[in-house]
Amino acid sequence: MFTVLFRITKYGFQNFARNGLLSAATIGVMIIALTVFLSINLSHYIMETALIAVKDKIDISVYFKTTAPEDEMLRLKRSLEGLVEVKDVEYISRDKALQLFKDKHESDATINQAVSELGENPLSASLNIKAFDPKQYAAISEYLSDNALNSLVDKVTFAQNQTVIERLSLIIDTLQKGGLVLTAFLSVVAGLVIYNTIRLAIYSNREEIGIMRLVGASNTFIRGPYVFAGILYGVIAAAVSMILAAPAVFFVSPYLDVFVPNLNFKNYFLASLPVLMLYQLALGIALGAVSSYFAMRKHLRV
Amino acid sequence: MIAFQNVSKIYSEHASALHDITFKIDPNEFVSLVGKSGAGKSTVLKLLIGEENPTKGRVIFGSYEVSKIKMSALPRLRRHIGVIFQDFRLLPNRNAYENVAFALEVAGYPQSEIDELVPQALHMVGLGNRMKNFPSELSGGEKQRVAIARAMIHRPEVIMADEPTGNLDPFNKWEIIKLLEKINQLGTTVILATHDKDIINNLGRRVITLDAGRVIRDEEKGKFILV
Repeated sequence: MFTVLFRITKYGFQNFARNGLLSAATIGVMIIALTVFLSINLSHYIMETALIAVKDKIDISVYFKTTAPEDEMLRLKRSLEGLVEVKDVEYISRDKALQLFKDKHESDATINQAVSELGENPLSASLNIKAFDPKQYAAISEYLSDNALNSLVDKVTFAQNQTVIERLSLIIDTLQKGGLVLTAFLSVVAGLVIYNTIRLAIYSNREEIGIMRLVGASNTFIRGPYVFAGILYGVIAAAVSMILAAPAVFFVSPYLDVFVPNLNFKNYFLASLPVLMLYQLALGIALGAVSSYFAMRKHLRV
Repeated sequence: MIAFQNVSKIYSEHASALHDITFKIDPNEFVSLVGKSGAGKSTVLKLLIGEENPTKGRVIFGSYEVSKIKMSALPRLRRHIGVIFQDFRLLPNRNAYENVAFALEVAGYPQSEIDELVPQALHMVGLGNRMKNFPSELSGGEKQRVAIARAMIHRPEVIMADEPTGNLDPFNKWEIIKLLEKINQLGTTVILATHDKDIINNLGRRVITLDAGRVIRDEEKGKFILV
């Protein structure tokens, strides 16, 4: 068994070296495919970060009537916190709302004067509610439209933001589904291109394969070196795609970090380097080995 | 023992290679298959190594029924048969030693045995001093001797030679035939497909004559007679 494995590996290296140009072409195609996959992988992270930032900005605000008793408002807060859809509820009392308003308009003398002339606090207390998923705001809004709350609640802002929230939810969903479809499509295209390139390499060795069959080599022995060479293509292509990606990531990182809040693209790339390399290797090896395996099938029929 | 029992090979309505042929070859025999081009000699050899399947009939080799053999069992069958071709079919980027060793490597022989057997086989075919030469550095006769060494290296029960002298000059032709006779004397069955009249008439061994896919003559000490 060890002897057979050793010989398969030896012939695999020989096939790789002897078909220098075809090996280079196959690796070239694989590098393109793996770079595209890496880009999809990285853009998925950028998209996720951007979406989290956008999602974070979406909330529902419940404005209470100025006459609403505080313990009733806090009870509603607690009941909202008990909902599975709700991630966080922040209570802003009338006093805090006034303080925030004053802080915001600190430099505007006219507004400050108008507020002090009113004599009493005109602002209502409110609850800012954040859901785990933007799609869940409709359910929370439904909960808040209960008639029992009419005496307490002045207005719910969801109705005003509903269109924006729903549209954002739709965009998020579409982008994620689109990414999946694109990944699947590219996998098939890359697989076919690599399969054909490897088939060409195998075709150029058909005489050798014929002689192997003639002298009684088993299918595993004939196929083995080509599958091994395919794995070698995958490993090299994965390493090269990562080496090519690094300077590109470092170059675009400062621009992307400005564009997307909370994004630190370079740090993410460096921290995820082992995992990304593992993905690239797994995909490269799978593409190389599977393509070689199937490309050999025709030559093993006789 | 090799047996062809009512074997036909029909490729299409207009292309048939063999028609209901029946013969038997005993161990240690030296049998020549003769016939014009297209008579069906190569098809007989292809059927024997399982490269083709018969349309009808049975092909038997020892305990194998070749006509029904599974793909996975073909390599094992082929390790019992050494094959020699007119065009040598050597690996161009391997030297004589590596070409012969290749047959043992694919069969899983340990390296120590390969190191012992390959020089012996090359010495036997008279190429002890040409082991490191590549096929491009060898003459036609030398290439064919490398092919013979490769075919016999794993001590097969049968050597099958398809026009092995077709590309050789008269001197080399007789050298190759002498080698095949020597291999036969050592206990290996030899099946020689040829249309060389001189060889057949000088051998004085069994001759099966094919014409248009039919066995028209099978003689113990045959001569080259095509009609």
